[in-house]
Amino acid sequence: MLHLNQIHKIFNEGTPDEKIAIDQVNLTLKPGDFVTVIGSNGAGKSTLMNIISGVLVPDVGEVQIAGKDVTSMSEFKRSKMIGRVFQDPMAGTAPSMTIEENLAMAYARNKTRTLRRGVTKKRKEYFREVLETLHLGLENRLNAKVGLLSGGERQALSLLMATFTEPSILLLDEHTAALDPSRAELITNLTKEIVAKYQLTTLMVTHNMQQAIDLGNRLIMMDKGQIILEVNEEQKKQLSIEGLLAEFKRIRGTQMASDRAILA
Amino acid sequence: MFTAIFGSFEAGIIYAIMALGVYLSFRILDFPDLTVDGSFVTGAAVTAVMIANGANPFLATILALFAGFAAGCMTGLLHTFGKINNLLSGILMMIALYSINLRIMGRSNIPLLNTDTAFTKIRSVFEETGIDSFFNGFLSMVGLSDSLPETWGILIVMIIVTLMIKFITDWFLQTEIGLAIRATGDNKRMIRSLSANTNILVVLGLGLSNALVAFSGALIAQQGGFADVGMGIGMIVIGLASVIIGEALFGTKTIARTTLAVIGGSIIYRIVVTLALRVEFLDPGDMKLITAIIVIIALTTPKIIEGSKERRRKTQKRMNMIQATAQTKGENHAALKSNS
Repeated sequence: MLHLNQIHKIFNEGTPDEKIAIDQVNLTLKPGDFVTVIGSNGAGKSTLMNIISGVLVPDVGEVQIAGKDVTSMSEFKRSKMIGRVFQDPMAGTAPSMTIEENLAMAYARNKTRTLRRGVTKKRKEYFREVLETLHLGLENRLNAKVGLLSGGERQALSLLMATFTEPSILLLDEHTAALDPSRAELITNLTKEIVAKYQLTTLMVTHNMQQAIDLGNRLIMMDKGQIILEVNEEQKKQLSIEGLLAEFKRIRGTQMASDRAILA
Repeated sequence: MFTAIFGSFEAGIIYAIMALGVYLSFRILDFPDLTVDGSFVTGAAVTAVMIANGANPFLATILALFAGFAAGCMTGLLHTFGKINNLLSGILMMIALYSINLRIMGRSNIPLLNTDTAFTKIRSVFEETGIDSFFNGFLSMVGLSDSLPETWGILIVMIIVTLMIKFITDWFLQTEIGLAIRATGDNKRMIRSLSANTNILVVLGLGLSNALVAFSGALIAQQGGFADVGMGIGMIVIGLASVIIGEALFGTKTIARTTLAVIGGSIIYRIVVTLALRVEFLDPGDMKLITAIIVIIALTTPKIIEGSKERRRKTQKRMNMIQATAQTKGENHAALKSNS
């Protein structure tokens, strides 16, 4: 479903600040794969996400989604196939618009936008139905401005908006990192439910090792722009935090750099 | 007095179309678009030249819409594809339009006094059908026979036209494309991740905004009886004044409410300016200063009022608490006394 071939990306090339962000990365996701990505700050996780979503163009290499080469396709065109949830709960929704208007915009994602009304009676019914799956009571607040919702509610809504059109790829970029533990758990559970329901091919970046181990069927670890460890379905079932840290030490010969990654 | 208020009401409702355009760019797209100063004149220029050359005035007015749309799109292209800062792209387009407008007109001023404009046609219809004399008869009855307006036609037709534009705007902002334009001004990153081309949406939004501005310019030229290359100076501030006054006075709960508020703001702005100019020591040259002061007042007073309300509420609360504690103390005191 997703295929990354020899991706290479350098920031500030030819200046003293030159930094190799992604170094010869190959990755293939089969339909229905749910891959969690861990790694310390600056490992290239977010850059990888941005290359897949089209925010950045790789210097070398090829991105394929559903068999199509999308390497030079613009971000907005590619978005028809990609659902995204950002770390910042404010980033995924339009605050001055209502819940139903936000959903209507997400609903139009894989269609051509026309001069039809965005929120029709029929769609309202549908929106109410999908909102019920969040168990947050948002289905009774269709006309509330999204800016009035709490961070957790907004992130749940973003997750729903990213997924209910069943995109080919779902990208989750530390989408629970900015929430308090109980809200983060709620979003984690919703993610599990929704991905299973729609059988979405998912790539999730996280700093939380436990979350990376609990969710998904595969795990990759990144460091300095490279994928240094790939854990397949069988191995992942027996994985523990200690095991992961030991593995990192074995490969790199140093302790994992980020305290946040360990403590989170 | 009545004539003056009537005149400012009439002008206000025509300028309201311009204000709706400014609302689209300034509030919906979050784009402070200075093109307005130029595109207002472009509308007036196109229409005046066509009317002076004997074209149908209604057709000439409609064409102004398209001229304004093109001007707005240019600003949008400069900003999105040229990657020029939004204020600067507006300023560049405004300056460019000054020369373009001179080219369109061929000279700096075109009088429209003895020609058939859209409004003279409307006026003759209202005179012939007797609607004017009907309304004037009503005015005479309430004792205003010495200040009868020349025609009711412009006012009535313009109320209908402006309200129609308001309803079309309300409807448009609820369509799928309209929602995407609103989101472009609200959260660009989000709507791009929902597969909307924000560049095209900005260009389209600015085009529509300036189409309304030019339309308003075309109508003002016909109402005033001339088009002048300098008639657009400060127009953006007048538009902003209308938007801000309207929002402060009438609220912004929904889109429909806000567009109505903007129209109201435009009319009130005109009335305030008219009243201000009647003060002895002020003359027409002071109008821009008055405009600036009105905008400053409209921007600052709501906050000051809000602040003083908040203070009063807090003082009240404190008083209540002091009273309550005093009361319980008094009761305790009384209780002690009765015990002893």
